Amino acid sequence: MTSLAYLYDLIAVFTKKDLKVRYKSSFFGYLWSIANPLLFAMTYYFIFKLVMRVQIPDYTIFLITGLFPWQWFNNAVNNSLFAYLSNAQIVKKTVFPRSVIPFCGALMEFFHFLCTLPVIVIFLWVYNLSPSMTWLWGVPLISLAQMLFIYGISLILSSLNLFFRDLERFVSLGLILLFYCTPILYSTDLIPAKYHDMILSNPMSGMILAWRDLFMHGVIDYNELFTLYGYGIVAMALGCLIFNSLKSRFAEIL
Amino acid sequence: MDVAIEFIDVTKSYPLYHHIGSGLKDLLFHPERIFQLLRGKKYLAIENISFQVKKGEAVALIGRNGAGKSTSLGLVAGVMKPSKGKVITHGRIASMLELGGGFHPELTGRENIILNATLLGLRKKEVLARLDRIIEFSELGEFIDEPIRVYSSGMLAKLGFSVITQVEPDILIIDEVLAVGDLAFQKKCLETINDFKQRGVTILFVSHSSSDVAKICDKVIWIENHNVKKIGTASAILPQYRAELIEETPEEARAEATAQNIQFTGNGNKES
Repeated sequence: MTSLAYLYDLIAVFTKKDLKVRYKSSFFGYLWSIANPLLFAMTYYFIFKLVMRVQIPDYTIFLITGLFPWQWFNNAVNNSLFAYLSNAQIVKKTVFPRSVIPFCGALMEFFHFLCTLPVIVIFLWVYNLSPSMTWLWGVPLISLAQMLFIYGISLILSSLNLFFRDLERFVSLGLILLFYCTPILYSTDLIPAKYHDMILSNPMSGMILAWRDLFMHGVIDYNELFTLYGYGIVAMALGCLIFNSLKSRFAEIL
Repeated sequence: MDVAIEFIDVTKSYPLYHHIGSGLKDLLFHPERIFQLLRGKKYLAIENISFQVKKGEAVALIGRNGAGKSTSLGLVAGVMKPSKGKVITHGRIASMLELGGGFHPELTGRENIILNATLLGLRKKEVLARLDRIIEFSELGEFIDEPIRVYSSGMLAKLGFSVITQVEPDILIIDEVLAVGDLAFQKKCLETINDFKQRGVTILFVSHSSSDVAKICDKVIWIENHNVKKIGTASAILPQYRAELIEETPEEARAEATAQNIQFTGNGNKES
């Protein structure tokens, strides 16, 4: 009944709406989405490089190549909690495919992430490095894996949050915890051996490491990439399962 | 395909989600309470309703607040699934969105039209092709490029209705929205609805204004206490309905209203 072409239109219109609403009355527009992670990068640089003297070469690039993809994940997951809540009227009255809403949220954050790529290129130049040809297929490949993972989680959280509003608190705490359990501020060889497996078993660790390898060294580890797709597919399967079993009740509870 | 909408022994009950609000706390400390809630307390919105609406008919659902009209509309629109029984519909369904609902206050009228029409099932190029006609119908003039947070409620109603006029539905659901526009626009809406009727569109209408119902609908389904009380022609049912409303003395009516309010605090705002 719903053709792919219509789905495409729906996603385009909806994403455009989200972008417009977000930047409607802000003068600097999307610059804000770069300003935020950059400010964090500066702070962390000051703390870890200048004060604590961490011995990681090219620490600025090291930071932003981890922070930018993390930002995509973090914002998308946070926003997904309110995907249906903030569109209550639409869900209550119309029957378009509901799965589109969390997808558009994840997609919008992906666009923001794309907008930060030039910043990474600039910093590479500053450090006398340059982007590699592998980006051409590396960026789409890892992006797709991360998109699957994020969309799966978004489906779970956007549906469940309608029924258990406490979820919001857990997720915001969980994200902070996950941030420090992901090698964004530190490199994997700094992790003591006995915590090594714990840190690396977190799916986002693999994502961040893959991004960093690609951005800083132009390297793609295809075995690792395979694992990332594994996480993505598991998240999607769970997401579809939960979403499908709850979707017919959205209109009742809103 | 003579029948457009058919309800066969439809029952719809909701769990009282309202109480699950503090769910996780209960889940941790009183798990048995959650099960009680999930199993026990259910709110019965409609019970064993059966009716048929033929293609091209204009049918009104009437009844008091909380009788189950909005639930029935939700079932027809397909946003809800019946707990028991079957709801069968044929063709594209468009429901007119509530005032302001489905519209985003920060977007302009034009942007909202595109969003809304796409949600109702139109392809983007179809929307763009009809955009001018929609804007013309809405009579909003240069306000069309203003964010709709500056619109009056009448202007919002105009915007909502003008989108519907170009969607070409097979079944049109109108839920008490005509009351806000000015008289001239109301008249235009009624004309458009009659136009739809001429073209064989099935219309499902909910209103508390029996004069509007009389103007649009040939058939009336009177829902009371979650059941169908009577089905018949508008001219036969409406006088009875009016008579019953008047019959209740004001005191009784007020008491009834309060009773219904209490009943509905547990149910959020299902009837709005």
